Amino acid sequence: MKIAIASGKGGTGKTTVSTNLASLLAESENVVLTDLDVEEPNSGLFISGKKIREEDKFKMIPEWKKDECILCGNCQKVCNFNAVMKLGKMIMVFPELCHGCYACSELCPTKSLPMIPKKMGELKHFKSGNLDFIESKLIIGEEQAVPLIKQTLDYVDENFPKRTIKIFDAPPGTSCPVIEATKDADLILLVTEPTPFGLHDLILAIETMKELKKEMGVIINRFGIGDNNVEKYCEENNIPIIAKIPNMRKIAEIYSGGNLIYTKIPEVKIQLESIISFISEYQQENVL
Amino acid sequence: MKEIVIISGKGGTGKTSITASFAYLGGKNIVVADCDVDAADMHLLMQPDLEISEDFYSGLLAEIDQEKCIKCGKCAEVCRWDAIPVIDNKYVVQPLDCEGCGYCALVCPTDAISMNEQNVGKWFISNIKTKTKMVHAKLGVGADNSGKLVAKVKNEAKALAEKGGKNIVIVDGSPGVGCPVVSSLSGASYVVLVTEPSVSGIHDLKRVYELVKKFGIKAGCIINKADINNNKTNRIKQFLEDEKIDFIASIPYDENFTKAMTMGKTIVEFNDGKIKQILEKSWEKIKKI
Repeated sequence: MKIAIASGKGGTGKTTVSTNLASLLAESENVVLTDLDVEEPNSGLFISGKKIREEDKFKMIPEWKKDECILCGNCQKVCNFNAVMKLGKMIMVFPELCHGCYACSELCPTKSLPMIPKKMGELKHFKSGNLDFIESKLIIGEEQAVPLIKQTLDYVDENFPKRTIKIFDAPPGTSCPVIEATKDADLILLVTEPTPFGLHDLILAIETMKELKKEMGVIINRFGIGDNNVEKYCEENNIPIIAKIPNMRKIAEIYSGGNLIYTKIPEVKIQLESIISFISEYQQENVL
Repeated sequence: MKEIVIISGKGGTGKTSITASFAYLGGKNIVVADCDVDAADMHLLMQPDLEISEDFYSGLLAEIDQEKCIKCGKCAEVCRWDAIPVIDNKYVVQPLDCEGCGYCALVCPTDAISMNEQNVGKWFISNIKTKTKMVHAKLGVGADNSGKLVAKVKNEAKALAEKGGKNIVIVDGSPGVGCPVVSSLSGASYVVLVTEPSVSGIHDLKRVYELVKKFGIKAGCIINKADINNNKTNRIKQFLEDEKIDFIASIPYDENFTKAMTMGKTIVEFNDGKIKQILEKSWEKIKKI
């Protein structure tokens, strides 16, 4: 079963929920936690384990071989991303603009633009008891997160049985990286805070997930701060609120040091247990 | 004209609340741009009165004319995104998977595939409560090309500033280190990094600063919620010193940020406390740069 933790607004507590939930679940069963926020992955700062695998991840880009090139300019013509250009007697490739569609390469009449791998990030796999933790990190300067997210999801699919509970820490927002990180999930848990910013971005996230026809539940973090408009909105739109994590300065302090919270604050553990029962009900109803 | 961009790497550090405070303090002499187009929130504090609203088209989407299609499957074969599955015996483009590369259209023997510009969102110009203008946007659901929408918002804001004889554009940037952030940073005169003293705050600050360095832009830093973890705050200060980043201010943890937000206000309008003083001093420093 795949559960994506997403949020709309950044900094609402996605990583806190993902790491604490995965660790609590791992006390009794096998769990895979994957950090898909490849631009700024943070889950690893809260999970300790033994590194069992490390892989470089590549995207494919064209490389110009001038010997056979007849400078016909077809490559420039077929590229929709301005990533290949004919400048005088040279063909220039701009790797950061390339989406890796292969059109220039495969349609080149002289095969002068073979595709070569370019490193875009790293995947690391850690293990600690029942918990497998996987994180991928984009190299600074690489602009596209989606290909790395895709390869990370493939790694998880290839290495773990279908039935294992898999938790994915998704990137913030509602644009293409979020779609990639959530589109295969069975269940989406949206973490928000009860503030105008939180609600505004939660609505965007809910609209996005409705478009993807996803089942969702809402987790309100920092409950007690702000106002009650998030609760009102969820009630009116029939979206279940499955946990309310209290607003406590102590939680922010524990988090700041890179520590798990539920082991120190019983109220948080109770809320996580309520998330777990929501998940297992869903699992039973849908035979996942 | 100066372009001051506020970014954070990590979300939830208070970037937008702080940017809105600077926008308030800058008053009518600046133009405001909300480039966090994915989750734009600044308008919630600025009382925007919409003046212009326009659709934004960018990127292409493949569309198959079923009458012309001979079901040869060449399109699906060349597509690297598996965006053209067979559904009910027809080749159908999945809009969320299509990257817009146009390779399918190039190889289609019957010209059944057209590439069409996509409406990926809207951008707006609003009059805001500080008697100036703000450019903001809303990205469509799951849309690609947020980097291009960011560039659009920034360019419109710069044009407005030039036209109105205003010498500062203040930009609320997006989180992360990917294409929208790259777009937010390009052309910036100064970057303000907002961070918090937590393991993740530090981690993300370092990564996003690596990106800022690639652009060669001068940067300053504000440490928000500084008293949550004094140890980490000191580590951030050390990092700033090592990297020659200006230390602008430390702001203590204060739930008044949220109280002000629920009233649609920036914290500098909300009360005359210590935070207001810190932000006023910070703004004085930043605008002189």
